[in-house]
Amino acid sequence: MDFATLLQMLDATMRLATPLLLACLAGLYSERAGIFDIGLEGKMLAAAFLSAAIASVTGNVWVGLLAGIGASMALSVVHGLASITFRGNQLISGVAINFLAAGLTVVVAQSWFRQGGRTPQLTDGGRFEPITLPFAEALRDVPVIGPIYYELISGHTPLVYVAILMVPLTWWILYRTRFGLRLRAVGENPAAVDTAGVSVIYLRYVAVAICGVLCGIAGAYLATALQAGFVKDMSAGRGFIALAALIFAKWRPWYALYACLLFGFLQAMSLRPDVIEGVLNFKVNGQFLDVLPYILTVVILAGFVGKAIPPRAGGEPYVKER
Amino acid sequence: MTEQAPAIELKGISKAFGPVQANKDISIRVMPGTIHGIIGENGAGKSTLMSILYGFYKADAGEVFIAGQKTSIPDSQAAIAAGIGMVFQHFKLVENFTVLENVILGAEDSGLLRPSLARARRELKSLAEEYELNVDPDALIEEVGVGMQQRVEILKALYRKADILILDEPTGVLTPAEADHLFRILENLKREGKTIILITHKLREIMEITDTVSVMRRGEMTATVKTTDTSPAELAELMVGRKVLLRVDKAPAQIGRKILEVRDLNVTDDKGVHRLKGVSFDVHAGEILGIAGVAGNGQSELLEVLGGYERATGSIKVNGEEIDLTGAKSDGQSRRLRGIAHVPEDRQREGLIMDYAAWENTAFGYHHADEYQRSSLFMDNAAIRKDTEEKMARFDVRPPDPKLAAKNFSGGNQQKIVLAREIERNPDLLLIGQPTRGVDIGAIEFIHQQIVALRDQGKAILLVSVELEEILSLSDRIAVMFDGKMMGERMPQETDEKELGLLMAGMTTEPQGSLHEAVEANLAHAGGDASKEV
Repeated sequence: MDFATLLQMLDATMRLATPLLLACLAGLYSERAGIFDIGLEGKMLAAAFLSAAIASVTGNVWVGLLAGIGASMALSVVHGLASITFRGNQLISGVAINFLAAGLTVVVAQSWFRQGGRTPQLTDGGRFEPITLPFAEALRDVPVIGPIYYELISGHTPLVYVAILMVPLTWWILYRTRFGLRLRAVGENPAAVDTAGVSVIYLRYVAVAICGVLCGIAGAYLATALQAGFVKDMSAGRGFIALAALIFAKWRPWYALYACLLFGFLQAMSLRPDVIEGVLNFKVNGQFLDVLPYILTVVILAGFVGKAIPPRAGGEPYVKER
Repeated sequence: MTEQAPAIELKGISKAFGPVQANKDISIRVMPGTIHGIIGENGAGKSTLMSILYGFYKADAGEVFIAGQKTSIPDSQAAIAAGIGMVFQHFKLVENFTVLENVILGAEDSGLLRPSLARARRELKSLAEEYELNVDPDALIEEVGVGMQQRVEILKALYRKADILILDEPTGVLTPAEADHLFRILENLKREGKTIILITHKLREIMEITDTVSVMRRGEMTATVKTTDTSPAELAELMVGRKVLLRVDKAPAQIGRKILEVRDLNVTDDKGVHRLKGVSFDVHAGEILGIAGVAGNGQSELLEVLGGYERATGSIKVNGEEIDLTGAKSDGQSRRLRGIAHVPEDRQREGLIMDYAAWENTAFGYHHADEYQRSSLFMDNAAIRKDTEEKMARFDVRPPDPKLAAKNFSGGNQQKIVLAREIERNPDLLLIGQPTRGVDIGAIEFIHQQIVALRDQGKAILLVSVELEEILSLSDRIAVMFDGKMMGERMPQETDEKELGLLMAGMTTEPQGSLHEAVEANLAHAGGDASKEV
């Protein structure tokens, strides 16, 4: 494998890791506040559909992005009502959201566009375009650094940079701000937060709302940046992979980045069986490469990567008690 | 007294949970700069009253005056603003936060943490010097002992400028030395003009530290008196509504043959922590061996091994015969067949199935008994129910309804159900852990009498309790456990709480310098989670 191919692989890794990372950070906010969210998948899917639909109608991808965030937020509100206000079972609420999104997106897409449950192909303004970072052209011919900067770092859609920047931002919010302190506390011991005179309900709703926004961006990225339009089930389990990455990362932002890059790399590998063959000198079954990220997910969830301790109050509705 | 307005005045507070009247028309005045005790049995409504004062519950009727001002306290924030701080029985701390982070949580100065943390660090230092409230600001809560955790809770209140401090059963998890330290802190706070409300069921603490005391019974305030004008016997009578025997009445023990022989018992838990370290002791017929110790120093593991649900190495002999510690016969059923009965420490998790009826609970473990079978296939439920009814009558379980679910009985009555099941099978050895935890004074008296009666029938009894008073009054011989080891044996007539307290903290000689610091250091040395399991 030569340098150029490696760069291409890493470039694809970045693109494929982005939706995972956004969803993973979304889950991080929610779960750190004590609300388990297995509805990441459904929220991404709903956002993917609505962003593509609105972008194709208006021809403006930014309006599409907002619509995607709106769709994801609406499902977040449902999850919040079910699990915070009505103290329901968070897993069941999440499963319901996943089913709802899987069915509703296709039905509505068919009813609106009559293209077999897809949205029309997005063109021009309807998609996020790659942006070239400053000096990318100028530095292109500098050995080593030039290609890395031009191929790998420059030339992604804006949402990729948003996702990457969310990592230090999330770290800073969690560990350096009052809000972060309270968010972490409410996922560990809501009674401590409550007796300190801070509203548990408010904090948890804010966390779920942030989760909704990030899932919305992740979904919009799938339909308007990675692909050009919505197709049925296009989230393809990414919400669950993001959850696995979150556990792998033990609910910490920087580790979430590394975990998502690993999953992204596995997905990139499955796109380039020829490269794998070149490196290993024998042909690897394409389907095997396809399932690699999912196998890793199962392995992680089965607990083969050391003990991951979730936030202690996770999954438990908060009830005041003596 | 002066003409000062009371720090707290409650007028006509009532609160009902469904049909249960938790507080009935309660009025109380607490003067500033005093320590006021509130004493009462479990479920008397003490905690409910304080929760109303801290904004956890809304009273159905009544008014609250703070420093003479009528104040409404809809939530904890309002309580904090009114200068009230509360130290709950179960600490409200975030376990994986540092001490400093816990102190500032909810009282941060600004959106960013750094300035708040720096200010809190300075403040903690001055508070520590002023009140003996020394803590390590950078230690994680889960790694420090309960004594320090409690001081963090007090610091949280003081950091929020509380003038009134409410402590709910503060000494339940402390060694005697730690409790003395706490009382010194409270005295210091009182000297600075703070008002302190101490909720407890321990008469000794009330007599020792409070200025005035209120007694609660069944949701009502039955009396408020000056502590110097009352006596423990009078308070106990006010609490229960009848005369109570505070000392256990018992004849000298008639020690018989050796029933239980434990040699070099070792347990390592699944985290690799060495929980029991070479424990050896004997228990004889007609004798109560009391095991004292701060919770989490191996007593639970000892009971679990003897009861058959923890694996161990070493040797245990009952009536001279070896017992299987690791193989197929190391289970509760085999233990029962060998004449070991077990009243576990955590009766709600290990002693009973809370959602099951009393009659089902009285059969558990003995459901293979012949008299419970109708044929080889079917159980005779009617017989079990009848048997339960008789047991309930003998043990004065109230209400005497075999069909009532275990969770609907009070703590004392739950314990009587477990006790009836285990004692009435005529065991050679009774293991009994925390027999009166969460049990009312009236029921404590009854349970203690039953244990002594069993001893007088010539049974061997192994009693594990964190209540030193209970150990001292019941035991014929006392062994102290610390950090998984036996620290030594004492005869109850020849020892006192102070000596046992030092043994419980792992010290065999008088420490140099400050007692509580030495105790604290020793407890911390034994590992943070030694004290966490309560």
